[in-house]
Amino acid sequence: MTALEVSGLTVKLGGRRVLHDVGLSVDRGEFLGLVGPNGAGKTTLLRSILGIVSPERGSVRIDGEPLARARTKVGYVPQRSEFAWDFPITVEDTVLTGLTRRIGWLRRPGVAEYDAAAEALERVRMDHLSERPVGELSGGQRQRVLVARALALQPALLLLDEPFTGLDMPTQDLLLELFAGLAAEGRAVVMTTHDLLGALHRCSRLCLVNRTVIADAAPAELRDPGVWMSAFQLQPDNPLLGILEVA
Amino acid sequence: MLSPFDFVQDLLNPDLRFLPKALLVSMMASVVAGVIGSYVVLRGMAFIGDAVAHAVFPGLAVAFVVQGNLVLGGAVAGVATAILVAIFSQNRRLREDSIIGVFFVAAFALGIVIISQAPGYAGSLQQFLFGSITGIPDEDVVTVAVTGAVLLLAAFFLHKEFVAVTLDREMARATGLPVFALDLLLYIMVAIAIVISIQTIGNILVLALLVTPAAAARLLTDRLGVMMLLAPVIGAGSAFVGLYLSWSLDLPAGGTIVVIATAVFLLAWAFAPRHGLLARYLRRGSETVVGENSATKAKAAS
Repeated sequence: MTALEVSGLTVKLGGRRVLHDVGLSVDRGEFLGLVGPNGAGKTTLLRSILGIVSPERGSVRIDGEPLARARTKVGYVPQRSEFAWDFPITVEDTVLTGLTRRIGWLRRPGVAEYDAAAEALERVRMDHLSERPVGELSGGQRQRVLVARALALQPALLLLDEPFTGLDMPTQDLLLELFAGLAAEGRAVVMTTHDLLGALHRCSRLCLVNRTVIADAAPAELRDPGVWMSAFQLQPDNPLLGILEVA
Repeated sequence: MLSPFDFVQDLLNPDLRFLPKALLVSMMASVVAGVIGSYVVLRGMAFIGDAVAHAVFPGLAVAFVVQGNLVLGGAVAGVATAILVAIFSQNRRLREDSIIGVFFVAAFALGIVIISQAPGYAGSLQQFLFGSITGIPDEDVVTVAVTGAVLLLAAFFLHKEFVAVTLDREMARATGLPVFALDLLLYIMVAIAIVISIQTIGNILVLALLVTPAAAARLLTDRLGVMMLLAPVIGAGSAFVGLYLSWSLDLPAGGTIVVIATAVFLLAWAFAPRHGLLARYLRRGSETVVGENSATKAKAAS
């Protein structure tokens, strides 16, 4: 079942065309890695899917519906640096802030919201730290809290923006396992990343982006060095291409 | 020096009716400023608070020259500046602090020019800048009480939205919260909190009422709810003690209140249970023995 359908998406930012004619379709159960160099428009693509940036042309449909009606079906995990980690708030209350819009104006979270938050924290295995102030968490734990905040909405589509920035290898591995598991449970998971090895290893599909979609296939079918050279503007002797051969 | 008992007697003395009025107004204003100031401190928008505080001045000046309502005049000018800052800071070429720097000095300059048109302005200028406990009209007590109550209600009902926007603007936008409108509303609430605090404490020092108690409260707790209870208590306590000392030692009220609040802040900075200097010093001592603890902390910090 198609959770995300992007077609003919063209986005201009400050007069500059950042994305051109992007088409992308992601089913529930898929774990899509969105890779490309800095400035390729990966974050802009996520922000257009979320409706934060309005495209010049093209459409975005979530679960077959336009975004305006499907907003609560999208869970978003922005880069960790966007979050005010010095704010005096507990892990549980942070997860509840993801439900602010659903709870609605002038109302307080009820039993249903507390249950959703607890369930989301359990899913990312952070339930034992729910009373901890967020400022005291490690980098990997912080990333888990942000994922739980997105999961509390029980989204059909989960968007992750650079979840591994500044994290060490074992932490990255555990998170990759978590994301793959979330996809396997029937969500569509889309992740931008610079960790090509991890993405090749764990994602069910890779999408190479540089202003537009350059290649979109399962990792095993992306052996052709040409698409990587074109997406990342690599020289033929770049060691990455050697790694692709053996991967 | 007056004993606290004498102070209470003076408060009840019908010849000194201005004294309980001043106490009531400054304590109510401190409570409101403590709650609104908690958002100001957590969002790191103290400079915006400063801007609005200065921008209120031309409004007060106009109201004074035309003999209008001071609270209303100040509120209009403060809110207008808050809106201008919010709109102009959408322009990416100039950073917000430059915009604020331009507007708040300009507004203050305008205020000085306007008030110079009023006969005998020197005395009233001093009263605006440094505050005064005499001459608060009865209707202002009511105005402060009603506006303060409205601000507290607004903060109560919009609390979860303000928290969501402060924590993570990107996520707030993604879930469809009206981020710009909420920013604007918060600026306006800051402007109004400043206006109702200005009479006793004065224009120059009013920022302290907004920032100092909330900053002290932040040092004392990691819980937002506790912080938003502590800040108004610290503010109102400082207002009470400050006014008492000011009355009994013949010191300027605004300055004394701010000095007391600052003393509370310094005490919190030194002795706060988890984030204070003393607690950190003690913890560092124990860590060199345990060792293990500092490793987990380094991990948490990374």
